[in-house]
Amino acid sequence: MKRSRIWSWVIFALGAAYFFIPLIATFEFSMRMRRGEYSFDAYRVVFGDPRFQQTFLYSTVIAVFTILIGVLLVVPTAYWIRLRMPRIRPVVEFITLLPLIIPAIVIVFGYIRMYGSSSPLPFLATNRGADVLLMIGYATLALPYMYRAVDTGLRTIDVRTLTEAAQIHGAGWTTIISRIILPNVLIAVLSGAFLTFAIVIGEFTMASLLNRPAFGPYLQNIGANRAYEPAALAVIAFAITWGCMSVIQVLSRFAPKSANNPN
Amino acid sequence: MTDVTVSDPAVARQSLPPARTAGMRLPLQWLGVAPFFIFALMFLILPAFYLVVGAFQNAEGEFTFANIIALFQPSIMAAYWISIRISLASALIGALAGLAIAIAVVRGGLPGWVRSTTMTFSGVASNFAGVPLAFAFLATLGRLGLVTIFLRDWFGVNIYTLGFNILSFWGLTLTYLFFQIPLMVVIITPAIDGLKKEWGEAAATLGATQFQYWRMVAIPVLWPSFLGTVILLFANSFGAIATAYALTGSSLNIVPILLYAQIRGDVLQDPHLGYALAFGMIFVTGLANVFYIWFRARSERWLR
Amino acid sequence: MSETFLSIQGVRKSFGATTVVKDFNLDVARGEFISFLGPSGCGKTTMLRMVAGFEEPSAGRIMIGGKDVTNLKPNQRNIGMVFQAYALFPNLTVAQNIAFGLKVAGVSKAESDERVREMLGIIKLEEFGARYPYQLSGGQQQRVALARALAPRPKLLLLDEPLSALDAKVRVSLREEIRLIQKKLDITTIFVTHDQEEALSMSDRIVVMYDGRAEQVGAPFEIYNRPATKFVANFVGTLNVLDGTVKDPSKAIVHVDGREIRLKDGALNGAKAGDALSLALRPEAIVLGRQEGRDSSLIGEIADVSFLGSVIRVKVGLGRNAVSLDTFNNPASPPPVVGQKTEISFSSGDLLVLH
Repeated sequence: MKRSRIWSWVIFALGAAYFFIPLIATFEFSMRMRRGEYSFDAYRVVFGDPRFQQTFLYSTVIAVFTILIGVLLVVPTAYWIRLRMPRIRPVVEFITLLPLIIPAIVIVFGYIRMYGSSSPLPFLATNRGADVLLMIGYATLALPYMYRAVDTGLRTIDVRTLTEAAQIHGAGWTTIISRIILPNVLIAVLSGAFLTFAIVIGEFTMASLLNRPAFGPYLQNIGANRAYEPAALAVIAFAITWGCMSVIQVLSRFAPKSANNPN
Repeated sequence: MTDVTVSDPAVARQSLPPARTAGMRLPLQWLGVAPFFIFALMFLILPAFYLVVGAFQNAEGEFTFANIIALFQPSIMAAYWISIRISLASALIGALAGLAIAIAVVRGGLPGWVRSTTMTFSGVASNFAGVPLAFAFLATLGRLGLVTIFLRDWFGVNIYTLGFNILSFWGLTLTYLFFQIPLMVVIITPAIDGLKKEWGEAAATLGATQFQYWRMVAIPVLWPSFLGTVILLFANSFGAIATAYALTGSSLNIVPILLYAQIRGDVLQDPHLGYALAFGMIFVTGLANVFYIWFRARSERWLR
Repeated sequence: MSETFLSIQGVRKSFGATTVVKDFNLDVARGEFISFLGPSGCGKTTMLRMVAGFEEPSAGRIMIGGKDVTNLKPNQRNIGMVFQAYALFPNLTVAQNIAFGLKVAGVSKAESDERVREMLGIIKLEEFGARYPYQLSGGQQQRVALARALAPRPKLLLLDEPLSALDAKVRVSLREEIRLIQKKLDITTIFVTHDQEEALSMSDRIVVMYDGRAEQVGAPFEIYNRPATKFVANFVGTLNVLDGTVKDPSKAIVHVDGREIRLKDGALNGAKAGDALSLALRPEAIVLGRQEGRDSSLIGEIADVSFLGSVIRVKVGLGRNAVSLDTFNNPASPPPVVGQKTEISFSSGDLLVLH
């Protein structure tokens, strides 16, 4: 038994090394901007760059709307499936897995072809339309994660009993969803939201092909032209991702445990 | 007066009562999920379908296999081949490394904090793909990267003169491992948790060594999940573009980059060929996912 | 008297500051069926796992067949073990599961097949060789687990609450089967359970454990009728406790609920008049109403009647005390009515003085 423990530590150490060295190297590289000494110059340049601020803001706004679309789409659907139509759950689950099968580049290619200027639904004819299409695209990419998070959250609360109790008190559907169901799956929804945020912030393919001024293409552009700023941006991006994941971890501790036996 | 004993299965099975729509119950149910299906149709299924159909059409709109056949030209075949090779390499290496780490962390007798830290980190790292990842590896193993310089100054080994280049097949594979390994860890950990402690103990009482137990029970039990996840990793890598683009530009001609260039500027001089490329991608990743689902179903059957 | 096959000497097990097993000593004869009986946390499973080799004793030693095995790994002890959760290997068929120990030992295929066939016959699942564990019911899985444990002909069989996960009916039929197989193969067996009915019906001897210690070791008849401590008396079987006061220690007379009862001579040695006292009485020793040959009786009122089918459990309130007793169902006469005044009688010799 003791010998296997040594091996476990060795493997863990090797794994940790593989993952930490790039992060450390990136950080170290980002500090090298000023010749001869370590400084945060690269970060100063990055944060001061108006394009950084614009694209980051743009991506954040897009992310917020994407999350809204996702929540409005997923929560009522997942709720309805659980409550009334459990039989079509496999179909819906399959659909939510499609974005993992169809690569993002293919999806956005399809958008460009279907919703171009000459189509009946010309999303891409205007900038605003393209923004909307981008949000929709992101909502699609985040669909698997959002659905799984919300569905898991719904599973631990007894949806049926809650709904019936609410209906006895005379609540209509919107009241039920917004005041009874949503608060109980809020934690799950927030988890999905933060995951969506992490995905949107760094996304490149869709934003680039739809020609939108998002953070991803900005990152790519900086990487092609500058030396130290990309490293600083990578550190920032990693910190944001780590931040989102940590929030999700903390949130999961506050998730409602099932009061009665889940199905 | 309604009987609200939900514990009675007969009552629970009934639909809920909005009595005024009793006659129209069937359509009304579908109304609840209509937005979802409309969304999925418009923004997921139809766009993909549009491309698939376009792959089988020529400029005049007639049905043809010409585009698919055109996929088999050397440059495009080379692109598919390189994509497949990178995906296989990162999937296999990622899966094995991820499995080793998962086993070490879950069953290796390490303290509790190791497991929770690894899980959290894996969740983060599996999402840290794309452009920033490329930057990170350039900063590590690029010509002026930390590790490159470290090896050169401290060990006198210049990996670049030895033929290594981050902007290459192996460089990209190594970079992909950064999100492939954590993905493996996250997915395979539940399967390792499912290896009941009693199995190992039963095997021991029957005279088996640890090695025999792993060879005869644990590995066969994990095998379907393992294989299924390899396939998932393969599909994951096959569709990835941002990291490759940021790292190698268009110098490494993998399929997503080819498609990207095609969408941007019709480099292939034939829009329908672009459709065919997209179709080829859907075909490969779709096939991979079918196998993944099949393997997962098989492993779940055993462990019921 | 058969020779000792398993000897547990002075074994103690501590996890940090808690001592889970305290100074355990036991000699088990070859072919004997021993039960470790006790509530959760009493240390019975830990003791079993030390015999198996999954835990190392903090002190003491374990001898199997005259050999000191305390430092041997489980796969070197030639034991068979059956777990509560069956633990069948899910990727192997029933036949392959049973053959596992033989395959590990390098037994030839022909011999292994023969042994598997034999075991399938013993557990009466001859046609199930090609099935997978997930296709079997709980009871069937446990039988296969038993066959798997016995196939390599181990010298010692250990069972860790093997019936706890099964339905009541399956539990009863399976425990009879286990006992039959054990007797037929004449294999030394240790059976851990918290169910006293199992322990009583299956064992040659029972070790009643509490808080890491063996409270009493003896045959089922002994344990049940002559419990050594209050815990054993309470844990094994139902016990009625009568509180009373000592009236005359020299004549062994006690006062219970307004009546005098005369105990065996010497039963009250050391007690003083006026001392409080607890007496224990098994339900089967009590009869409803007055009866010839029973020298003691108490009056009371029927407090509760539970109709359990063939048995009617009656609770009678007697002033300070209450007793539970069983009567058989009689189709000709209805059960007693709650509130009915009644008398209960018993023999004073059946009373146990509790310490």
